[in-house]
Amino acid sequence: MYQLKFDENVCASCATHDCLTRCQYIKLDIEQAKEERRKILLGEDSRVLSECATCYACEEYCPYGNHPFYQIVELQEARGIHPAPKPIEKQQVRMLAPEGKMDYRELSAPVIDMCAFGMFEKFSIQGKLFDGVSTISGNDIFCNLMYLHFAKNSVIKERLPKAVDNIRKYYVEKNKLAEVVCFHDECYATFKSWAPAFGVEVPFKPVHFFEFLLREMRERKGEIRQLPMRVAYQRPCSNRLIPETQPLVDELFELVGAERVQRKYDRENALCCGAVIMTHGRDDLAEDIRKRNIDDMKEAGATACVFNCPYCLVALGEAVAQEGMMPLLMSDLCRLALGEQLKGWGE
Amino acid sequence: MARIIYDALAEIVGKEYVSDRAEELFLYSRDPGTMDPKKPDYVVLPKSVEEVQAILHLANRERIPVVPLGGGLVLSGLSRPLKGGIVLDMKRMNRILDVNEKSRYVVVEAGCSQGMLQAYLNRNYPHLKHSIPDSPPSATIAGNILIHGSGHMSQATGFHSEMLNGLEVVLPTGEVCKIGSCSTTPYWFSRAPLPDLAGLFLGWHGTTGVVTKLAIKLYPNPAKKDVMMFLTENPDYMPDIISKVTGTEMAEDLNVSASQLPDYMEGLQLSLIYVTANTIEEIDFKKRTIRETLRSYINQKEGGFMFVPTIAKGRFIETPLREMTKFADSKKGGGFEYVGAIMPIELFPEAYRKGLEIAAKYETPYSMAVRIIGRAHCMMFAYAYAFNRADDNDRKKAQRALHESNIAALELGGIPWKAEEPAQKLILERMDPETSRLMNRIRAALDPNGIMNPGNWEVK
Repeated sequence: MYQLKFDENVCASCATHDCLTRCQYIKLDIEQAKEERRKILLGEDSRVLSECATCYACEEYCPYGNHPFYQIVELQEARGIHPAPKPIEKQQVRMLAPEGKMDYRELSAPVIDMCAFGMFEKFSIQGKLFDGVSTISGNDIFCNLMYLHFAKNSVIKERLPKAVDNIRKYYVEKNKLAEVVCFHDECYATFKSWAPAFGVEVPFKPVHFFEFLLREMRERKGEIRQLPMRVAYQRPCSNRLIPETQPLVDELFELVGAERVQRKYDRENALCCGAVIMTHGRDDLAEDIRKRNIDDMKEAGATACVFNCPYCLVALGEAVAQEGMMPLLMSDLCRLALGEQLKGWGE
Repeated sequence: MARIIYDALAEIVGKEYVSDRAEELFLYSRDPGTMDPKKPDYVVLPKSVEEVQAILHLANRERIPVVPLGGGLVLSGLSRPLKGGIVLDMKRMNRILDVNEKSRYVVVEAGCSQGMLQAYLNRNYPHLKHSIPDSPPSATIAGNILIHGSGHMSQATGFHSEMLNGLEVVLPTGEVCKIGSCSTTPYWFSRAPLPDLAGLFLGWHGTTGVVTKLAIKLYPNPAKKDVMMFLTENPDYMPDIISKVTGTEMAEDLNVSASQLPDYMEGLQLSLIYVTANTIEEIDFKKRTIRETLRSYINQKEGGFMFVPTIAKGRFIETPLREMTKFADSKKGGGFEYVGAIMPIELFPEAYRKGLEIAAKYETPYSMAVRIIGRAHCMMFAYAYAFNRADDNDRKKAQRALHESNIAALELGGIPWKAEEPAQKLILERMDPETSRLMNRIRAALDPNGIMNPGNWEVK
């Protein structure tokens, strides 16, 4: 029912091959990239399908917005390729399945969609920035985008329209909400990238969490204490789908006075946190990436690492802390700038 | 007559520590398992070896059954007095008598609980630990050792009874006897090199004497502990996976869980592989070695390690695991029992499929838990059934499921562990007749009046 808007002609006529030659996990020169593109377009076996680390970066690298990564996932699934071991895939698909437990709730704006990660609320939705906000969460409104890592576009196609409809029907319309703030970068990316690419309508206005933080911080500009911190930023995979949100990061850092250190693995060269690649069973690659990433942060002189994605934080935060850098979510950084005490994740 | 015996017991232990009151007899007539209640006539809590001796002398004189009791958590009803008499509750004899740091053992009284020793070591000897079963902390050290229990170090070190260094026992006729090195020297370091008489008391379910003291081995307690979670969907792989992981000699503990609840785990087997070390480098090396030994399953996409962040690992690393109690109360009403069949590793697939079959027959969610014993020399394969104790039909249904599981375990080639009275009969029916005759002769020699926990291991 939901078809990917992927134009084979655009792909075939592309001279850059950026989607493949810029890949950080499969090493391909231009000739090899041409050959793999040919195979992909003809529906033949390509090493790209089995070696893809599912980092989403090619979505950003494509100069035409032609969705090469979504197409790779479509082909992986069609050919029965499982990036992760099958029992892990099965458990993950089942664990976050819709529960059919939706009910109307009275909410007051702003409303923050915690996706399926309501457990983060007690750590992250704390302090004056969040006074008066309402939160929503649960499997029934889960964006399901993570199944891109499991070559399961079919799961997203099946579940996302219902999740979107649940948000509309039970929360947005009932409470006359003008917008829904997405706590997780991945939700915003789902609504702004995956959904339009597959023709799923999103009948409400999603707002990126960082945009919400910017608004709230600007309102409290007088309370902000400049933070003399040198910060490494860990950009998540989902942000490759919504690169237009990248300036929000710099604006927030500037607002709180934190210096974003110049390093090799940032922005378009960002490295995966490693969690997904470990889940795929590619541990040596994951360990190599994590080491290079953290070494890069240290060499750049970072004293803290700011995460966008909470999953990246739990995956990489401990290792970052062991190297003497403070692991923080962006909201934590903002709260520090407002002079608030943070609740420890281990509590 | 009953009054005379009551007064005699009160004379021995003091009247605060003897009871024949209905409410206490009610409590001591059952455990959280499925077995029918059996009411004692008296409950007695001795404080010393001398008091235990005096009680046994009295019991011999009056031909009264005596049933020793630890934490009361065996689940299979072994401390129910099948023929009435005295329940000898050992909980007042709960001192920790000696910790030998260099030879790494501890001497405790028989009523000392797992939780007491764990807390004591944490506080005073944090570099030492003992192997802890996944029972509530009130389970006793002695009870667990004497039923051939197992715990968090059993993969590396075997059954808990193999960690026993020595015993002090009051024989059924009242003599105090020491077993192991403590019989000959002031130290409790070993059962070797003497004739090993500990076997007269291990696995006998309190039918050969009353253990009053024991020494168990302690082990280094490394600072770092981690758990690796390997997920598969084919029970046929499990013997090889277990063999490979134990073959690395890197895992301190290895359990496999297969449960219908939560529903996203249905049909999957979750191997919990515990690793300890003193340094990050050591633990990383161990984890890498284990991971690589399972590489073929990962590469074929047939099995994989779950990515579990540290923040989510706590509930899998704690000892004992509280997760177990959640299942135990899944039907509410606090009833829980399992058949923990001891069997060779290669029987895993058949045992697993039998578990599915029995649970389906009794319309109850299947729950199987496996603990690997002694570097995969065998395993404890548990078929667990939760039930509502307030619903007698539910209890009886679980009892029937357990009995069928016992039969299945024996037919497969395993032996039910801490077997209930009916399961003991099943075992004895299959046992070599000369073996059961020898058991009978030993028991008759030790307990001429047949006072010790009669009705258990009874050989006709």
